[in-house]
Amino acid sequence: MRLVAALPANRRAYLGLTAPAVLLMAALFLAPLAQVLWLSISEPRLGLENYAELAHNPLIWRIWWTTLEVCLVTTFVSVSLGYVVAAAMAQVEERHRTIMIFCIVLTFSLSILVRGFAFVVLLRSEGVLNGMLLALGLVHRPLYLLRNELGVLVGMVHYGLPVAILPIYSSMRGIGDQYVRAARSLGASASQTFRLVYFPLTLPGVISASALVFIYSLGFFIIPALLGGGHVVMIAEYIRVGFEETLRWGYASMLATTLLAAVAVVLVAMSRVIDLRKMFGG
Amino acid sequence: MPAVAQSHCLRVRRLTKVYGDQAALDDVSLEVGRGRFITLLGPSGSGKTTLLMVVAGFVTPTSGQIFLDERDVTSDPPEQRKFGMVFQGYALFPNMTVEENVWFPLRVRGLTRRDARNAVRATLDLVRMWHLADRLPGQLSGGQQQRVALARALVFEPHLLLLDEPLSALDRRLRADLQWELRSLHRRLGATFVSVTHDQEEALSMSDEIAILRAGRIEQVGSPHDLYARPRSRFVASFLGDSNFVRGQLAGIEGESFHLRVGDLSIVQAGSPHTAARDGSVLLALRPEKLRLSRSQPGTVNVVSGEIEDAKFQGTSHHVQVRTRDIGTLAVTTPAWQSGIDFEPGRPVWIGWEPDAGVAVTES
Repeated sequence: MRLVAALPANRRAYLGLTAPAVLLMAALFLAPLAQVLWLSISEPRLGLENYAELAHNPLIWRIWWTTLEVCLVTTFVSVSLGYVVAAAMAQVEERHRTIMIFCIVLTFSLSILVRGFAFVVLLRSEGVLNGMLLALGLVHRPLYLLRNELGVLVGMVHYGLPVAILPIYSSMRGIGDQYVRAARSLGASASQTFRLVYFPLTLPGVISASALVFIYSLGFFIIPALLGGGHVVMIAEYIRVGFEETLRWGYASMLATTLLAAVAVVLVAMSRVIDLRKMFGG
Repeated sequence: MPAVAQSHCLRVRRLTKVYGDQAALDDVSLEVGRGRFITLLGPSGSGKTTLLMVVAGFVTPTSGQIFLDERDVTSDPPEQRKFGMVFQGYALFPNMTVEENVWFPLRVRGLTRRDARNAVRATLDLVRMWHLADRLPGQLSGGQQQRVALARALVFEPHLLLLDEPLSALDRRLRADLQWELRSLHRRLGATFVSVTHDQEEALSMSDEIAILRAGRIEQVGSPHDLYARPRSRFVASFLGDSNFVRGQLAGIEGESFHLRVGDLSIVQAGSPHTAARDGSVLLALRPEKLRLSRSQPGTVNVVSGEIEDAKFQGTSHHVQVRTRDIGTLAVTTPAWQSGIDFEPGRPVWIGWEPDAGVAVTES
């Protein structure tokens, strides 16, 4: 009895210990967010006029359309390639696995600017890749790999790949080889085993990887700016322009709010399918 | 028509599997007759699981062959061997219902759910699980999962059924129930079963035959009764049940029996001293339940006196440790109904046994 009675008091004490973190979050995260929301309805004057732009400004919709298109393709390519890499990681021996994980985590520590410029060096007309293709005689004039959607996609997939690999890999690790063995012993071929058993079991990992990559890529603006050369404007880049160049803060805040809403929609949709806490490793 | 596994014989010839410089299987040969239930029994690391995995096709042997009837299946991949397998932990597909799990082997053979329905139902009826056909494996108890795993391994009429520690994940009482069930299932189906376990009780109670493995080799094969009554080596005698071991010097052979000297004591043992070492010593295994405990000197051929060291009451029997002057401490099991003996430590008692109670075994 005493133990049960003691619990709530204890709880309160523990809740008290989380207070600094809660305050920090409120001050550094929620307050600025609230400010953005406030800006979107108070600049240049109080009202919903910024949101009215959504109804009659086709430019916003065109930019959103580009954003979704690029993000969906990025997600699809990253998750497909990531699945293959994750499957390889789940199969190889421990020593090789360690090396692979190290390489993947290493890419996180590279500045996105460094990566962006590295791809410029690789992909531009006089770049490493074109130089090689020309020298081999595979092409007769340089391919246009930059300043278009292709260039943006290459850069974004490079960023999305490690984000995709880790959740897929962790879902594969949880499976073990017993199900595959069981399927084989019951007469399933390799492809049947994959289609009916292995892939369905990794599906939660695939879904969370897709959600993560998609949400990450929605907010990209350096890579599209560097590799798209102004030809591929995505929503985040457009927001930056609104804040820094045209100085229409209210308008930009409204755009930022639509971005926030889009992320929220993806998260809510995902939460219907999988456990969000698991996805963020909580 | 319930799924009936077919009856085939399995022959394993000179199988060796080497991992690095370690031989997990060392020249193993074994024959399993049509419709027999054989259990591979051994401590962990004895190679029993490796042997099962080689038979199933998941592990490629370094050398040797596997025959199903007259056909060499050594190089067939697992899905072509058509061996049903019940895995340790069952490996039921967690994303499929019970029915879909049992349908699976038929599905990959091209049967639609509707075509497979009769066979699936009959097999689930066989293990009394049809009423839970719509459940997911995660919603079933361990015993129920085990039954579904059996149904899934039997529904496609496999050539033989392999069981990898089939009962190890269950609690004691359930395990006893399922031992009966597996036995009766085996009898009804008439199929060939190959099981792996480290649990001697499970091996003794379920199988027609037991192969005892040790360090990658088969130590002895025989019926449970045979192995228990006539172990060939000290290892088998101590792995299957409990045993006292007495070493004596061969003192003479007399017809169908021989004499051993142990200190001042003379023991008569039936049989021939074929296990005698080069120095003339013979190792005798004496089962605790074959020794008789009494207060006065018994009329048996072999007699030794001692005093009670300790005793444990086990419900159906007493387990008694008796210290003797001549042959060390002996474990004796007496039925609990046989009262009249005081098990106070220090009490003098007699132990008696007939010449055919013991068995001469090899040291290693």
